[in-house]
Amino acid sequence: MSNEITPRPALGKPTIVPPPKGYSGSGFMTTKLEDAIGLARKNSIWPLPFATSCCGIEFMATMASNYDLARFGMERLSFSPRQSDLLMVMGTIAKKMAPVLRDVYTQMAEPKWVLSVGACASSGGIFDTYSVLQGIDRVIPVDVYVPGCPPRPEQIIDGILKIQELVANEGFRRRYSKDYEHLLKTYKID
Amino acid sequence: MPAPAFAIKTDRDQLTIDKLVAAFGDGVLSHERISDMLVITVKKPVIHAVLKFLRDEVDFNFLTSMGGMHYADRDALGLVFHLHSMRNGHRIRLKTETPMKDPVFPTFTDLWPTTNWMEREAWDFFGIQFSGHPNLKRILNMEDFPAFPLRKDYPLEDPTREDKDDSYFGR
Repeated sequence: MSNEITPRPALGKPTIVPPPKGYSGSGFMTTKLEDAIGLARKNSIWPLPFATSCCGIEFMATMASNYDLARFGMERLSFSPRQSDLLMVMGTIAKKMAPVLRDVYTQMAEPKWVLSVGACASSGGIFDTYSVLQGIDRVIPVDVYVPGCPPRPEQIIDGILKIQELVANEGFRRRYSKDYEHLLKTYKID
Repeated sequence: MPAPAFAIKTDRDQLTIDKLVAAFGDGVLSHERISDMLVITVKKPVIHAVLKFLRDEVDFNFLTSMGGMHYADRDALGLVFHLHSMRNGHRIRLKTETPMKDPVFPTFTDLWPTTNWMEREAWDFFGIQFSGHPNLKRILNMEDFPAFPLRKDYPLEDPTREDKDDSYFGR
């Protein structure tokens, strides 16, 4: 038995994200600060998985090696709301849990985004009953909805790409705007 | 018909009925066998004494479960007990009813501490009160829930839902 180490197959050249639009010359580049920050934020999102049922299982598949969420700059999931940028709500939210979800959302630092995965989180789904919250948008603002019961990992990834688009193109001043303040006020979040 | 999960013990059933009738007379309203289990219905005032009697004198040492009921047709609330005699391998079901206007039973926590949470559940979902319960508050629903959701007059669908078009559901 030989102890020789078989060489690893050559990997393709790693790709990097293209730079934002701007004016460049030899040794310098100018662009908008907003675009540069958007680029950085877009590719380093820390998601907080709030997985309560079967959509959470689909998310685990999305996170694992076959679908590999890490490809989109999400190697590290944050299990502390204070350090995360993206709240991923996956599963049925009981009415008793609504205040908990809202607490988690308010604990997150700005800027923050919310992805609602699956029929239950988006609308209550089949659980049209006294104990289930009929969509998380009754307690927190949602940026992207992913339909499905449960959605396939491809759909969840599609939702995440949509979130990335929002993150990249969000105006730098949006979180300080009157509109945003008004939005939070409609959800009674200070 | 599938085989019953527990052997039907006709002799034990009859013995239980005889003992109960001898001790409580009119307190025992009816008895019948549904599927593989004896079902005894007793009057509300004697329910606590009947349970104590069954536990101490007829050897039903284990309370499998207790749950609330709502009989919408006769405007009554009820309790159903499942009792199990470990020694005799014998199970019975015990029922009792109270009118909707007076939904109060004595607590059974002095007989079986396990009824603590079961009584809280019956309160939570049916609004049945248990006088003497050490901590009678909602157990599963949120604490400020405004109704008793398993009563038959409570709407099945969430009343806050706006997106459902009745024509899709044939109504």
